[in-house]
Amino acid sequence: MTAVANNLAIDATGVTKAYGKGENRVVALAGADLRVPYGELVMLVGPSGCGKTTLISILAGLLTRDGGSCSVLGVDPQALRNGPRTTWRGRNVGFVFQQFNLVPTVTAQENVAIPLLIQGTPRAEAMGRAGDMLRKVGLCGRERSLPPQMSGGQQQRVAIARALAPNPRLLVCDEPTSALDGATGQSVMELVARAARENGHAVVVITHDERIFRFANRIVHMDDGRVTRTDEPLKEPA
Amino acid sequence: MLRIAIKMLFGDGARFYGILLGLAFASLLIAQQSSIFVGLMSRTSAFIRDTPQADIWVTDPDLLSVDDAKALRDTDLQRVRGVPGVAWAVPLFKGLLGVKLGDGRRTVCEVVGIDDATLIGGPHTMLDGQVADLRQADAVIVDNRRLARELRMDTGERGPDGRPIYRPMRIGDEMELNERRAVVVGICDNNESFQYAPQVYTTYSRALQFQPAVRRVMSMVLVRAEPGKDPTELARQIQARTGLSALPASPFEWKTIGFWMRETGIPINFGIAIALGFFVGVAIAGQMFYNFTLENLKYFGAMKAMGASSWLLLRMVALQGVVAGAIGLGLGLGLASAFGLSNNPDRLAFVMTWHIPVITAGAVLVIVVGASLISMIRVIRLDPKSVFEG
Ligand SMILES: Nc1ncnc2c1ncn2[C@@H]1O[C@H](COP(=O)(O)OP(=O)(O)OP(=O)(O)O)[C@@H](O)[C@H]1O
Ligand SMILES: [Mg+2]
Repeated sequence: MTAVANNLAIDATGVTKAYGKGENRVVALAGADLRVPYGELVMLVGPSGCGKTTLISILAGLLTRDGGSCSVLGVDPQALRNGPRTTWRGRNVGFVFQQFNLVPTVTAQENVAIPLLIQGTPRAEAMGRAGDMLRKVGLCGRERSLPPQMSGGQQQRVAIARALAPNPRLLVCDEPTSALDGATGQSVMELVARAARENGHAVVVITHDERIFRFANRIVHMDDGRVTRTDEPLKEPA
Repeated sequence: MLRIAIKMLFGDGARFYGILLGLAFASLLIAQQSSIFVGLMSRTSAFIRDTPQADIWVTDPDLLSVDDAKALRDTDLQRVRGVPGVAWAVPLFKGLLGVKLGDGRRTVCEVVGIDDATLIGGPHTMLDGQVADLRQADAVIVDNRRLARELRMDTGERGPDGRPIYRPMRIGDEMELNERRAVVVGICDNNESFQYAPQVYTTYSRALQFQPAVRRVMSMVLVRAEPGKDPTELARQIQARTGLSALPASPFEWKTIGFWMRETGIPINFGIAIALGFFVGVAIAGQMFYNFTLENLKYFGAMKAMGASSWLLLRMVALQGVVAGAIGLGLGLGLASAFGLSNNPDRLAFVMTWHIPVITAGAVLVIVVGASLISMIRVIRLDPKSVFEG
């Protein structure tokens, strides 16, 4: 039991969350459980509005929960005060967004350097590491390109490089492929899956895209604010 | 990250230029209108600056400005001279008189009669002739500013359209002041003044002859303090002993400026123009800066998710505001100065004292800080979860 618990990057039980008050109260999570071991890629699927984004926001320390317990990388984010939680998140959690959210007026390399610069890494070092990350995601030679000059797939690669630059132990991706075509989505997912496989990071991917299910170690189904079913590893993930 | 903030600002072409344009336009309007206002107001007291020999101006207590006409008694001169600490005190006549020019045209000029013995109070800059030439018979010195338009002489020639051709008055020309002959012996160069009437200097006693029979003609007494005597202190003593008004030059200038500010709509009109500049700045630049921040909110949100503190984001927004403000201010002040320099100082009253750039900078600061503050509220309130929503 302890051995298993120690191997868990995420251990969340009975997480509840409601938005608004009175008439406007919306229950987003009604007791959701989620366990993600290090080195695994877990996909979170379910109908729109079932609480997927709410759940990973709580796990990443972006949002507070109403109830339940939560251990992420060995800490309860909610137990941390605001400042330390922000620092903790910057060091330990990487984010990949559906809309990339790259700053359009700075180069790919600078975009990748942003999380390092936020942590106070000296600019030269941050830019050097950002260059290495870009090469790892196959964007050698595009360091000086601005995001609008790049294709969607290239931009999402930059975003992945940015998320992985601080070497976070947890990577969360919300619909990382839904703005991309099928083939591009596959190549982007290969990069994400590699982060789990090669670095032992825990990866949570929210998706509707069945074409990328093959990258998952586990597929967690949600509905109405709860986890309804978990598909255990089909075979070896791609 | 601050470098990134600057790149976000400079990289956002259209919006950045919009912000700059708005701020530049606002600072141009504020600085230029204030400078013209200061220029105009300083013209009201030009005569005081054109008479630098006097430490103290003694006048009737009810006098409103240097151009006001409330004469003193002749005996007042002796009373002023009797105050200890007065090095010298001389009478001055200043009043509007009718002029008849050689070809019969009539106009009005401001005659300044200065002490016969010392010629104190005379023009400070002579373009032609000397102040001492006033000792010649019927002598007057005219100011050059209105020579071409008002005090001009008919050459006797006619242009192709049949109109007379004129030339500016010069030494040796004659005119009539209240039916009495006056001969030009010098041309002086005074500061541009608020009064349109040409200035004509003569001696005090000749001014009395030009003047139709009135009992009181001494407009004011010019006083110099003995060396080492504080003019402000002496002015107080003169006032106490004579019951007259006695002011050092600078307060007298302010009294005159204050009169014009109170009694005319000039400050309100300029105030409106300056306020307009400010509101244009708020409306265009403030609003564009706010839009710029809103547009960047999703990037700030992503940075917040990636571990940026609100404090860091606020510093980024503040820096963007300050940099845009500084460049816009520089452009605006530059344009205002170029405008001031490219204009003929005799025609356009434009005086940019050091206060004006400071006040303009203050106004720009209010605009950018205001816009940044409102933007910052959005940055702080930003729901970090919102970065997941496309
Ligand atoms: N900030 C909010 N204020 C109020 N209600 C919210 C807010 N965010 C989410 N909700 C509601 O909470 C529920 C869960 O939202 P959530 O975004 O977690 O769903 P989701 O599974 O990510 O959906 P999707 O697949 O559409 O992204 C929904 O009913 C949604 O309307
Ligand atoms: Mg969602």
